[in-house]
Amino acid sequence: MIPVCRLEDLPVGGSVRIDTTPPVAVFNADGELYAVDDTCTHQDASLSEGWLEGRLVECPLHAASFDLRTGEATCLPARRAVRTHRVSVENGVIHVHLGVGAGTAA
Amino acid sequence: MRSVTVVGASLAGVYAARELRAQGFDGRLVVVGDEPHRPYDRPPLSKDFLTGRSTEASLALTDPGETAALGADWVLGVRARGLDARGRGVLLGDGRTVRTDGVVIATGASARRLPGDALAGVHALRTLDDARALRDELAEGPRRVVVVGGGFVGAETASSCASLGHHVTVVEAAPLPLAAQLGPEMAAVCAALHERGGVRLLTGTGVARLHAVTGAVTGVELSDGRVLPADTVVVGIGAVPGTAWLDGSALALRDGVLCDDGCVTALPQVVAVGDVARVGGTRAEHWTSATEQPRVAVRNLLAGRTVESVRSVPYFWSDQYGARIQFAGRRPDGGTVHVTEGSLTDGGPAGSGFLAEYRRDGRTTAVLSVDRPRSFVRARRELARTAGETRAAVV
Repeated sequence: MIPVCRLEDLPVGGSVRIDTTPPVAVFNADGELYAVDDTCTHQDASLSEGWLEGRLVECPLHAASFDLRTGEATCLPARRAVRTHRVSVENGVIHVHLGVGAGTAA
Repeated sequence: MRSVTVVGASLAGVYAARELRAQGFDGRLVVVGDEPHRPYDRPPLSKDFLTGRSTEASLALTDPGETAALGADWVLGVRARGLDARGRGVLLGDGRTVRTDGVVIATGASARRLPGDALAGVHALRTLDDARALRDELAEGPRRVVVVGGGFVGAETASSCASLGHHVTVVEAAPLPLAAQLGPEMAAVCAALHERGGVRLLTGTGVARLHAVTGAVTGVELSDGRVLPADTVVVGIGAVPGTAWLDGSALALRDGVLCDDGCVTALPQVVAVGDVARVGGTRAEHWTSATEQPRVAVRNLLAGRTVESVRSVPYFWSDQYGARIQFAGRRPDGGTVHVTEGSLTDGGPAGSGFLAEYRRDGRTTAVLSVDRPRSFVRARRELARTAGETRAAVV
């Protein structure tokens, strides 16, 4: 479990990259928190610097898009999903549970 | 339309094949490619592929599942050599003719060569085979590399060679590389990246000839008489659209296949996409154009006439010397350019990058960023939005 930042430091529409190996991007999409692997599965670009729209993030390099809930690639040029990670908030601090899929209990 | 032939197993060709199926075409689909390889992505060739950070497998544009789902006949390693007058038959280099109702031309472009460059140690960098040959040669140990041409391919190749520890010089005939794409001010900023990367940039001088001993290059003689010793020469002086096979066809050719703004040629059942296509007067050698034009081209092909135009804002990117350059829009003649975020240091990008806007008559028509992807994405979207509004006002 890795602390990311205080909840108030990640406003709606915001994103932050944490320097894990591989790096992880954490998003605040309309009040819901999501964490996925930061590197686009197509080519080398940081999704934390992408365009957030609803539950989708668009890669800033070639506009591949991923569903933050599942990690699935929703359009080309990406074809492979990014891994998702569970996010929790404890004592006002956002934590990422690496390797624990968003859909699983931890 | 019961059969469509896509000529060119390229990025644009693959996107066209996908669009044909996605838009409901269930007839016979043939894809002809002159290279023996399955479709692959070219941009990494001068970057991660050359430096060994990515593998050949990662270049693949399709996977076996998708290939099977496309249900296409792949004719690979065979060059198309003609299109009959009515556009109903594609003549192949092996003597066969593919009868077809519709044609998508996606034959791309090939690297422009220097006269007398058929020497060992002289490379172009366009195809997978080109990149393999250069990568293998660079693996033989430290070399003196001369890159002829300071455009994107030249700069990226120089950057990759430098990162591998080679001694690199870039020769650019113009006073500044990339001035046509970025304008003189920003071209100067990006040219500063070469020096930072430990690469010597010589501008304003062309290449007079190549020196060789027993068929292997030994040096590059410049038009000012200087001779640069070289073990490896990479020629990156632009590309020529792949239209030679269409000579004698009914299509109009002028530095590309002339199309209307919906990618439709002089024959309504023949469309052209990607580097080979001059769409509405513009031929863009951009990856993004090759991925965006096929949707419109295929729609018009299946409709039998132009029912939609390509409306995208041009976009390209380049990775060199650890910096990511992104550009969107159209650089205006007689406009101005302003750094709106970040800053410059010693004439080059500051460590945290910058965003610059190109303006004319109070309107922003293009944006450039170095290492500011987040700001760039926002600016690019804004550009697309205002471009849409401008079009709506004109209509």
